[in-house]
Amino acid sequence: MNPTGVPTVFLVDDHHLFRAGVRSELGEAVVVVGEADEVSAAIELIAERLPDVVLLDVHLPGGGGKAVIEAIKPSHPTVSFLALSVSDAPEDVIAVIRAGARGYVTKTISGPELVDAVVRVASGDAVFSPRLAGFVLDAFASMPPGTELPGPLDPELDQLSPRERQVLRLIARGYTYKEIARELTISIKTVESHVSAVLRKLQLSTRHQLTKWATERRLI
Amino acid sequence: MVAARLRRDHRCISDQLKSRPQRWEARTPRRGPHDPYLDGHGRARRRFGRGRFYRSREDRLIAGIAGGIAARIGRDVTVIRIALVLSILVSGLGVVCYVLAWLLLPVEGSSETIAARAISDRQGIALALALAPVLVLVLLVAPVLHASFATSWGPPLLISAAGLILVFRNADNDEQAWLVDSAKALLQLEAEPRQSRRSFMVRLGTGSLLFVLGICVIADGALSRSWLRPLAGTLLLIAATVVLLGPWWLRLARDLVRERQARIRAEERADMAARVHDSVLQTLAMIQRSADQPLEVAKLARAQERELRSWLFEGRAPGSFGAAGALTLSAGVEQIEREVEAAHGIAVDAVTVGDSPLDDELRALLEAGREATVNAAKWSGATSVSIYVEVEPKRVSMFVRDRGAGFDSDGIASDRKGIAESIRGRMQRHGGTAIIRSAPGEGTEVELSMPRRSGHP
Repeated sequence: MNPTGVPTVFLVDDHHLFRAGVRSELGEAVVVVGEADEVSAAIELIAERLPDVVLLDVHLPGGGGKAVIEAIKPSHPTVSFLALSVSDAPEDVIAVIRAGARGYVTKTISGPELVDAVVRVASGDAVFSPRLAGFVLDAFASMPPGTELPGPLDPELDQLSPRERQVLRLIARGYTYKEIARELTISIKTVESHVSAVLRKLQLSTRHQLTKWATERRLI
Repeated sequence: MVAARLRRDHRCISDQLKSRPQRWEARTPRRGPHDPYLDGHGRARRRFGRGRFYRSREDRLIAGIAGGIAARIGRDVTVIRIALVLSILVSGLGVVCYVLAWLLLPVEGSSETIAARAISDRQGIALALALAPVLVLVLLVAPVLHASFATSWGPPLLISAAGLILVFRNADNDEQAWLVDSAKALLQLEAEPRQSRRSFMVRLGTGSLLFVLGICVIADGALSRSWLRPLAGTLLLIAATVVLLGPWWLRLARDLVRERQARIRAEERADMAARVHDSVLQTLAMIQRSADQPLEVAKLARAQERELRSWLFEGRAPGSFGAAGALTLSAGVEQIEREVEAAHGIAVDAVTVGDSPLDDELRALLEAGREATVNAAKWSGATSVSIYVEVEPKRVSMFVRDRGAGFDSDGIASDRKGIAESIRGRMQRHGGTAIIRSAPGEGTEVELSMPRRSGHP
């Protein structure tokens, strides 16, 4: 974060109008240090300007948001990514998260909420939109009992705790972190740590399901 | 005494609430996922049906006991009835058991038994006890007259009569009215007075004659072939019963059919009202709002006209799910998302976890959910509505939430059809529940829950 305490942001989206809209919505709360409309330009500029947060469209010409994260993450671990998209196929969203994005929000998000999400990601927290929470619940729930796993099931990584599930459900219902904290009578910090834990599981779990699940969304 | 009266008053209120869903809505306590009233109603009744014996409200000829047993053990009610009648014919004990069950089993949906009320009814108990001397008399006189049937049938019949006195005096208002009606019908006191009075006398005369004849033949007939005696006697008794009670049974059966039809019609009307409210009334409200935009009005009117036509002439209900619409739950949710966004210009964020093919229950869930979403779009003033649907093995839950104005749920007028009929009534008719949480300034969340039919794994 720069000395003023305001996070620096880099926009990657192939729609010029959308970038302009986000810029004006973010307003004074963040500093937009640059923007790009395709993968290779984005990689080059991000490496040069090193923003705190990259707002990244899931679908981009030249490889998608996933390619940007994979190129930047190893050499510049301080840069955080927040995926931003209209409403995409779950497998794309999950792929961007697994590549290393700290969160996912839909483009219908309001200005103040977007600022809030950016600040959160800049400070190392995870940001889940209701949709992402739904995807994750689906991904971790859709294993029918008795399914053969390719490897041994690691409860640390391959299952959500009941509390995490509860938090995700409330996010999916449209609750803010503050409202979740009130509903479950826990602190906002605890909510944040639950969400971060879920994000970690999502990124590290070797669950066969996570990659295959979207295509196999069965009717239960 | 006072306690009994209080209990009775409480029962009356809950009966009223049951029969008038809107009023009940209006009094719904404000917050409460854990509120027994809100949550329990539909479900509590179902649990009741599975776990305990009760007297059926719907399947009843006399006290609804056969219907209750049938519902509890999952057999056809006719089988139970035949078994009951046989047990009564074999010995008088069956009658006593029946009356005891009448006293001791609560009627469906209530938890109070007639016996609980009869305990405080001193006059009734006195009347019932007054039959004791008669019983003693019968037991003393019968052996002298060699009337063995009187010794075996007298006690159970008299005990039953005592029980019936208590039942009649302490049944709740509905049941009492029903009993009085049946008794009047039995004696033909009311229907078609002039003609039937004469025919009643004729019937009574013929029936009694046959009855006495039958008894005599059984008791000591003059017929030579001994095996013919009971046969002839029984035939005569049956004939007597048919002549005496036949018209009553016919009328009772007719009434039952009529009552059932009326109930079905009422349910259909409620469904239809909900549909009309969802489509036509909503459109009219929107037309009033955009009265200064002729193009918009024309568009709305055209869309509504198309919808009505397809409903009236092609039998496709407006905005229906299934048929020409969505076939799965998630597709149905997307349909709601699209429709409400298009019609009300509000962002709808829908998240669905799991999926399921649509059946009637889930269709009702979607319709109630759409109504909740439309309500949020119209009244909350919020810029977006969240929908969350989760399919679990045993049930499907749907949450519709906005961060808008909210309302005081104690203060909803009872004629607000939207919440009362379209949401809660609809859910309850299909065995689900609806919980509405809202407070002024805090937005609204509608939680719908529908048990899943076993049938899907």
